[in-house]
Amino acid sequence: MFGTFFPIFILFIFVVAVALIMIYLPELLAPKAKTRRKFLPYESGIIPETDARGKLPVKFYMIAILFIVFDLEIVFLYPWALILKELRWFAFIEMLIFIGILLLGYLYIIRKGALKWE
Amino acid sequence: MLIEVVIILLKVGVIFVALLTTIAYTTYLERKVVAHIQHRIGPNIVGPFGLLQPVADAVKLLFKEEIKPAKADQFFYTIAPMLSFITACMTIAVIPVGNWLEIGGKRIELLISDINIGILYIFAMSSLGVYGIVLAGWSSNSKYSLLGGIRSTAQMISYEVSLGLGIIGVLLLSQTLSVAEIVRQQSGSIFNWYFFKQPIAFFVYFISAIAETNRSPFDLPEAESELVAGYHTEYSGMRFGIFYLSEYANMITVSAIAASLFFGGWNGPILPPVLWFVIKVVIFLFIYVWIRGTLPRFRYDQLMRFGWKVMFPLGLANLIITALILVMKS
Repeated sequence: MFGTFFPIFILFIFVVAVALIMIYLPELLAPKAKTRRKFLPYESGIIPETDARGKLPVKFYMIAILFIVFDLEIVFLYPWALILKELRWFAFIEMLIFIGILLLGYLYIIRKGALKWE
Repeated sequence: MLIEVVIILLKVGVIFVALLTTIAYTTYLERKVVAHIQHRIGPNIVGPFGLLQPVADAVKLLFKEEIKPAKADQFFYTIAPMLSFITACMTIAVIPVGNWLEIGGKRIELLISDINIGILYIFAMSSLGVYGIVLAGWSSNSKYSLLGGIRSTAQMISYEVSLGLGIIGVLLLSQTLSVAEIVRQQSGSIFNWYFFKQPIAFFVYFISAIAETNRSPFDLPEAESELVAGYHTEYSGMRFGIFYLSEYANMITVSAIAASLFFGGWNGPILPPVLWFVIKVVIFLFIYVWIRGTLPRFRYDQLMRFGWKVMFPLGLANLIITALILVMKS
C-alpha cells in the first residue's frame, strides 16, 4: 500500500513539529529584557575583542581525513558481511587483502604520529 | 486505505509520545540515581517522590528568556538544536518495541517501519547528529562553544568507526540489515541472544556508543572545568533544553539498539514482549547513569588514543576472527 518509508516520513513531520514548537513557544511566553551586555559571548568575564572563529589546530583536520578513510572501509564491510556465508573463502580472502592494505595505512599514520595528542 | 493511514498515525503517535515521556523521566532517573550514589536524596519536592520534577523543569525552561549572542549566525544558531533533536528522535523508527498485536484480524507490527536497510538508517541518523553539534559550536561565535564543538566532532567521528565495527559483528551472524528480523532470530532461548556469540562486539559497540553520545566518562565536550559547557555554552532557555533532550534521546536510542541487536529485544518469557523491551532499555539507561556516577572523566589525549588504538584494532580483530569461524563452519 504505502512504501516502507512513509511511516518514517510521518514520524519526521511529528518530530519537526515538536522541535519547532519548542523553539518558538518561548518567544510568546518568555520575558524579554534586552540589555547590550547580555548579548556578548560568555568568556568567563573577559570581554572578547576578536571574532571567535580563528585558526584551529591541524590535528582536528587530520582526524576528519582519517575518519573518511576508515569510515569508508566500514561501509565496504557492510555488503561483504551480508553475503559472506554465500561466497565463503573467496570473500574472506578478498576482504583480508582489503583490510591488509588499510592496516598498512593505519600503521603508517601511527608511525607518523598523526594520532598523537600532547 | 483509510484504516492503514490511521494505524500508521497511531503507531507513530504512540511511539513518539512514549519516547518523549521516557526522555523526560530519564532525566529524573539520572538525577535520582546519581543523588543516591552520592548519598543525597535528589528531587523530592515536586509531587510524590519528586515525580513531577520533569514537568516543572519543562515549564521553567519554556518561561526563560532566550539570549541570542549578538554576533551569532542567526540561522544556524536556531537550526542547530533542531537538527540535534530531529536526528536523535528519528532513530526510534526502525526499532521494534514489541512483537505484534492482533486487532480485528489485522496484524499490527509494533514498530514504525520495518525497512530492509534498518541498520544503515540508524548509522545515517547518528552521523547526521554531528551536524547539530558542530553547527552549534560554530554559529555561537564564542571560543568555548567553538572548541567544545570541534572537540565533540572529532570525538564522535573517531568513535563512529568502532561503533560500525561492533555492529558488523552481529551482521555477520544475522545476514540481514533489518532490525526486526535480527530480533526475531534471537527468539527461543536466552542463548540465542547475539551477546553470547559476540560479547566483544557488544563491548566495542557499547563503549563507542557512550563516546558517541558524549556521555561520561567521555563527556569531554562539556568538561565544565575547562570549557564551561562546551558547544551549548551560549544557549539558554528552551534551546539549551532541546540539546539536553536530544542527549537523552540519544541515550535511549543507543540503549534500544543495544537491547535489540545483542539482548534479544522484546524476547523473554512470561511477561508481555513490550514490557521485556522496556525492562532491557531501562537497565541500559541505569548502566549509563551508574557509569556517570562512578567513573572520572578521560583526558582528551587518552580519549583519542583509546578510540583509535584500542577500540578500532579490537573491533577489527573481532570481525576477522568471527568471519574466519563462520567460513570454516559453513
